[in-house]
Amino acid sequence: MFENLQKRLDAVFKRLKGYGRLTEENIQDALREVRLALLEADVNYKVVKDFIKRIKERAVGSEVMESLTPGQQVVKIVHDELIELLGRSASPLSLAGRTPVVIMLIGLQGSGKTTTSAKIARFLKKKGRRPYLVPADVARPAAIKQLMALSGQAGVDCYETEAKEPPQEIARKAIMQASLKGLDTVIIDTAGRLHIDEALMGELRAMKETASPQEILFVADAMTGQDAVNIARSFDEAVGITGIVLTKIEGDARGGAALSIRAVTQKPIKFIGVGEKLNDLEVFYPDRLANRILGMGDVLSLIEKATEEIDQKKALELQEKLKKNAFTLEDFRDQLKQIRRMGSLQDILNMIPGFNKLSKKMKGLLPDEKELIHIEAIINSMTPEERTNYKIINASRRRRIAKGSGTSVQDVNKLLKNYTQMQKMFKKIKKGNLKGLPFSIPKGLFG
Amino acid sequence: MLKGLFNKLSEKTPFSNKYATDKTINEDIGGKDRAEDNASAQAMASGLLKKFKNGLQKSRKGFINQVDALIFRKRKIDDELLEELEELLVTGDISVSCVTEIFERLKKEIKRNAISDGDALKEALKSIILEMVDIDAPPIPWAPSPYICLMAGVNGVGKTTTIAKLANILKSQGKNPLFVASDTFRAAAIDQLLVWGKRLNIPVIHHQQGADPSAVAYDGIEAAIKRGVDVVFVDTAGRLHTKVNLMEELKKIRRVIKKHIEDAPHETLLVLDATNGQNALNQARQFNEATPISGIILTKLDGTAKGGIVVTIANELKIPIRYIGIGEKMDDLEPFSPKLFVDALFSS
Repeated sequence: MFENLQKRLDAVFKRLKGYGRLTEENIQDALREVRLALLEADVNYKVVKDFIKRIKERAVGSEVMESLTPGQQVVKIVHDELIELLGRSASPLSLAGRTPVVIMLIGLQGSGKTTTSAKIARFLKKKGRRPYLVPADVARPAAIKQLMALSGQAGVDCYETEAKEPPQEIARKAIMQASLKGLDTVIIDTAGRLHIDEALMGELRAMKETASPQEILFVADAMTGQDAVNIARSFDEAVGITGIVLTKIEGDARGGAALSIRAVTQKPIKFIGVGEKLNDLEVFYPDRLANRILGMGDVLSLIEKATEEIDQKKALELQEKLKKNAFTLEDFRDQLKQIRRMGSLQDILNMIPGFNKLSKKMKGLLPDEKELIHIEAIINSMTPEERTNYKIINASRRRRIAKGSGTSVQDVNKLLKNYTQMQKMFKKIKKGNLKGLPFSIPKGLFG
Repeated sequence: MLKGLFNKLSEKTPFSNKYATDKTINEDIGGKDRAEDNASAQAMASGLLKKFKNGLQKSRKGFINQVDALIFRKRKIDDELLEELEELLVTGDISVSCVTEIFERLKKEIKRNAISDGDALKEALKSIILEMVDIDAPPIPWAPSPYICLMAGVNGVGKTTTIAKLANILKSQGKNPLFVASDTFRAAAIDQLLVWGKRLNIPVIHHQQGADPSAVAYDGIEAAIKRGVDVVFVDTAGRLHTKVNLMEELKKIRRVIKKHIEDAPHETLLVLDATNGQNALNQARQFNEATPISGIILTKLDGTAKGGIVVTIANELKIPIRYIGIGEKMDDLEPFSPKLFVDALFSS
């Protein structure tokens, strides 16, 4: 998300070179671009107006620091203000206190409450908690069944809701059940409702009264437009939310709703939903989003993703092998598998600073997802002996491998060439010569 | 952005001054016009119009009142007024580029027709937006039988609910619909459609969760032909338009449907959530690229979201908007009428 803002700012700030002091005139273009980009990213009109006003106040008249270009100076101010708006650090779920702790999910229809409930349950289970999913959406047909099915996939307990009961009663009974079963976290999935539906907002208040939830998470679709401010404000005023979950962020929505909702509720965004699978939930780091908006990449997210997904033991083994220069085709395949588990290559590259700009140029060079599957198929079609010693793969073996993997001999040749080049590269790394790497990480903007 | 444009404009055209001097007359015209509007609205007030207006009222009321307040109360057209007008259109989720285009056209209109008062400005604005949303398209024929209707959209826009509402309308017209549960991905999506089938007494062709959605579609069309039903609704899984593999899956469903009936699907309806902002345009573009979209259904217009992105989408892609969803009840689906839409947008 926010790619357009990044590109736009890049272009504007290039033009800002060579000024010693920021004035009302020389930053006008920059502010105009920031404004348009934010509006196009669905940030609410009024929120944008306030934001631009604050940036202008801070920017006009400020001396450009010696170490910065005027463009960087404006970026810094925008960055600081974004951090100010989004919050500095991640805000974890508040789960201390008497068990069972109750989390309630609320929001409009179709924002993704049910899926998010199951994702949070899964997330908490990984952290060693014992969650209890409670379907309290008695309005949408089969919503209860949906959560029950998801709870099975997540491997957590689910309350057996009777569709005839009022949601308030469901919540009360489920919390009692949780106590009896010794489960420590109750996650209540509520029905989607319009923020202007007085009766249904009243129902939420009644549920809150009964369940005394420690967290009331407002689930919002990242694609929400200008109305995000009204919706979020209404839910917050009616029920009192404690945090926000932003869903469907993996599309190309520019996610301006995140800024709008933050601005009107001042409540932290706690999670983002990044896919349809139950593992596709990430803790939200506001500072990182601010960095990402400004093209500074999201190295921390990348590192975290890598450490979570990559099998530590296998990584150690690999390290050893690299040291001994015994990186086999089998290892190569394992590497590919791990990379694929982290997401698409493009996604991963986008998290690396400076790579966003490069990614257009890189597009042709990167193997696409299909190619990765082919590579895996080719390696799978080799004998164990061939995988450990690629030198024995002669012409007739290549033909056999191509046939077995449904590829061509050229594909096999290409893979082997890449593999040998990779081996050479590892040798270089071992010698401490990093210049052979395909890219280098640019210096951070602010030092 | 617009300020600059209108600064130039007001220098060249005398309307701001003239408007200021003629203010009493304009106010009278405004009052009379509104009375006329009410009279004509009453004359037209068929059940449909009433309902349409009521449904839109919640989301439109603020908008309409704002437009009228803006245009009739302001004494002259100045920066402040224009900024408010810009805010009004942008916060209605009409895209920035489309708002720019609307103002460009308005500028030309002002020159050509010497628009000098707020009332004429309102009429000009109205006709520009009407022109953008009024896509020339014959109504959906729902024939020949079986008429295959493929439903698509991103997650959570209300595809399944909309299918139920549509089928309900057709059933009341004596048609004989069939549901095909090609959303085999989301947990309990099949059950959801089964519940609707049971409530509306409409058969549902389905496989198990995780089955190939195109295989379900294939069986569904086959069953439809055998049973001699009139209309088939193929419910598909919600998919983000950026996911290449899922868009390929949608293309495959379409191809497989064609194996039975070559010119099917006769209708491919894209369901859009009115709460969505600029991204809805991307959705429309990408889905249209994967499988040509013949019509749009705009759901959740009963909230406070204004659904202005429809103006941008219709203007850019020339795809007609067919229906609007204005509530959770079965009959809360109304045919989209550009004329009524803009009338409801601008009448108080």
